[in-house]
Amino acid sequence: MAKNRLGKSSAFYDIYERNPSSDKTVTHYCPGCGHGILHKFIAEALEDYGVWNRTILLSPVGCSVFAYYYFKVGNIQCAHGRAPAVATGIKRAHPDSIVISYQGDGDLAGIGGNEIIQAANRGENITVFFINNAIYGMTGGQMAPTTLVGQSTTTTPRGRDIYNEGYPIKIAEIISILESPVYVERVALADTKNIMKARSAVRKAINYQVENKGFSLVEVLSPCPTGWKMNPVDAKKWVTNEMQKYFKLGVFKDVGKERKSRKVNGEKVPLNKVPDIIDIPSDEKKEISRIEKKSEEKFLKRIKIAGFGGQGILLLGVTLAESGMMEGKNVTWLPSYGPEMRGGTANCHVIVSNQRIGSPLVDWSDILIAMNRPSLDKFEPKAVPGSLIFYDSTIVNRKPERNDVKAIGVPFTEIADGIGSTKVLNMVALGSLIRFTGMLSPETLFEAQTRVVKRKEFLELNKRAIKAGMEFIDSLKES
Amino acid sequence: MDVVETIVDIPTVIIRVDECKGCGYCVEACPVKVLVQSKKLNIKGYHPAEYKGSGCTGCGVCFYTCPEPGAITVIKK
Repeated sequence: MAKNRLGKSSAFYDIYERNPSSDKTVTHYCPGCGHGILHKFIAEALEDYGVWNRTILLSPVGCSVFAYYYFKVGNIQCAHGRAPAVATGIKRAHPDSIVISYQGDGDLAGIGGNEIIQAANRGENITVFFINNAIYGMTGGQMAPTTLVGQSTTTTPRGRDIYNEGYPIKIAEIISILESPVYVERVALADTKNIMKARSAVRKAINYQVENKGFSLVEVLSPCPTGWKMNPVDAKKWVTNEMQKYFKLGVFKDVGKERKSRKVNGEKVPLNKVPDIIDIPSDEKKEISRIEKKSEEKFLKRIKIAGFGGQGILLLGVTLAESGMMEGKNVTWLPSYGPEMRGGTANCHVIVSNQRIGSPLVDWSDILIAMNRPSLDKFEPKAVPGSLIFYDSTIVNRKPERNDVKAIGVPFTEIADGIGSTKVLNMVALGSLIRFTGMLSPETLFEAQTRVVKRKEFLELNKRAIKAGMEFIDSLKES
Repeated sequence: MDVVETIVDIPTVIIRVDECKGCGYCVEACPVKVLVQSKKLNIKGYHPAEYKGSGCTGCGVCFYTCPEPGAITVIKK
């Protein structure tokens, strides 16, 4: 190919706007990283074959997770190891697209080992680039399935031991013994000759997909100077001297010439036929209007319940949502909490409506239940004007500052203590909420209790707590 | 890149100094050894590659060994 100028491929963005770093002209990779070289080969091939505008690149978990910063193609970032499955779906739904799965050794040979074998065995018409640097680079240099025997990593400080960790996995060999794959080669980003061979392999693999030949995989031995704790030039030599001894380079399989191109079924299913095919009621609109007719008036309550973990915030939300559902409303429940079982912050978003609910998120609340001071501080500014704020007047030591909302202080903790257990303060809150708003009937609530509360001995106590909450609101109204 | 147009001595190699991470791959790989690692530092604190100014054959090896998409441009003719 005669080109007068070798420069940045047009399949890369000029400026990497997606990169949050301040310098948007360079990649995030370390000096001497093999990813950059492989990226260039892929971009160059996509540009030369004129397919970059119908390419979908799947980035893995690993350092190349941010491949979508750089490639001016369709991008999807896949769950760890699942790129071949995602690629299968995309390629079958869009047979015209060029689907490239870009995966590292932890992703492809580790967690995604079975995914790749199954995708290869089905002969999916995709191209897989497997970058093998014998280490987990992103996480700080732990042992990978492809770590060489004797190689020391942070998890094999005395070197990989065959009696403890076994031998490195040879992916190219494993894939090549399957019948379906069309092309399997192992190349190395080491000396100039091998780098140019890698370039040809990348082009060939992409070309096979353009010709609809089937599955191809290129394993690329790549330097990781940072993970190996070497300078880049030494790392390259290490690829030649150490990695290539175990991982033999070469073409393991190439039946592209014998294989006929697959027929691509380009027939698109019209959108209005989809409901029939997947068997869902197509007259969805009718269905919705039926639900909405039940009550003509629009009913929508966006409720945010916040406090600390252990206060029963989530159960309060679940009970509310369950009751709403039992009364024929549409509901959503979205918990949000820290990893701790006790302590930490917890809040949940509940929406109860007779309309369809678009998003389960409650950014602006119609009802806020604040169980402690930080929750009130945090969410008070996010209450809709004219909305309700319930707060625990026992432990929240200030009144809400806003005067465009209705604030009701209920001593949840104190009432719950009076009944016999602080634990039921969530039920006190629930009782006062439904009494004040009248949004649900207490009977529904008691019924919902029996569904959501696992320990039945608490049912009676909860019922008393709900009633106590209701009585407190009644006493407020009387006075 | 206005610079490109003013180059007279072709083939040649253009290095965007501030995109170079100083890994040294191109310096090591250049078959005619016309690239060196600069004594100066770039804005990131790396010693970038530097073209000696003459002798480039336009083979493109430095471009293909360079991991950075835009750091090296080779003008062949």
